[in-house]
Amino acid sequence: MARQGNKLDSKKVNSEMFTLTYGALVSQLMKDYDNVEDVNKQLDRMGYNIGIRLIEDFLARTQSTRCQDFKETAEKIQLGFRIYLGISPNISNWSASGDEFSLIFETNPMLEFVELPDNCTNLKYCNVLTGVLRGACEMIQLDITSKFIQDQLKGDNVTELRVKFIKTIQDAIPAGED
Amino acid sequence: MTQALADEILLDLIHAEIVAYANGSPSDGEEKKDTDYSKIELMGFSCGYRIIERSTKDGARFKDELDTMKFICTELWAAIYKKPIDNLRTNYQGTYLLQDNSFRFLNKMSNGSQYLESAGKYVVFTCGLLRGALSNLGINAIVSMEINTMPVVKFHIQVSQPQN
Repeated sequence: MARQGNKLDSKKVNSEMFTLTYGALVSQLMKDYDNVEDVNKQLDRMGYNIGIRLIEDFLARTQSTRCQDFKETAEKIQLGFRIYLGISPNISNWSASGDEFSLIFETNPMLEFVELPDNCTNLKYCNVLTGVLRGACEMIQLDITSKFIQDQLKGDNVTELRVKFIKTIQDAIPAGED
Repeated sequence: MTQALADEILLDLIHAEIVAYANGSPSDGEEKKDTDYSKIELMGFSCGYRIIERSTKDGARFKDELDTMKFICTELWAAIYKKPIDNLRTNYQGTYLLQDNSFRFLNKMSNGSQYLESAGKYVVFTCGLLRGALSNLGINAIVSMEINTMPVVKFHIQVSQPQN
């Protein structure tokens, strides 16, 4: 007999599933590594692997074309967050030279059920994002780096991710092949 | 340009990373270890345990074990794995057999039998998920899996009878 009142909202379950899976992963990493810095590094590496695949999906989905400048890239990154996480971080605090900006997150579904215990003060919970951005941008010949400078989990009002453009990667022929 | 939320791929990717992590990524510079199935299973367990609590807290109480099982096979499965379980069988004595003919984490892989051996690590997370979900609903069970042809997965659930 079909039961009433127990219908699941598949969209909600799916996004919660992602949040919880990521949470389970982070807590497993915390168990496996003694050093919190290693956890951050591992998250970044995983993010990189995700990023290099995610960019394919992003390009296919949005049919984006080449960005004219880093400002446009910033907007594309913002669009990426909207597509995949359903949030629109604000772009702000451009540096004078235009090669560095901040993404300000007021909400982040990844943090939905998260509370950091006292022994995790150095943990960058969302560090996977820095890896995702690095991986995704590397695949489109942009060398960037990013780091969290404000974190809601640590009591800040917003989460701020600082993204810095380093250089455009040139196609290089591997050594020994012409 | 589509603006719809596309977070499904994220779960696929994070799951792939979990498997790769438990697989012992060779880039660690360490020796290649055997896949740590229990680690993946445990992560699945904690997800299942939490997701079922969030999904059922406002629902009606389940009639019995079979009713619970049906809910997991249809509603929960459809929400997470995009389709309900294809076949649910039981001997009415605590053994359940769930069959998914196109399992989400396997259906993008080759259908050949070449990698059948390594397919298991993409399924243990779900074994844990099932165990976790059942555990939170008060059913202690042992969940195992069987893959004979890709991407068909059979989950065997053996409910442990309450002691005393």
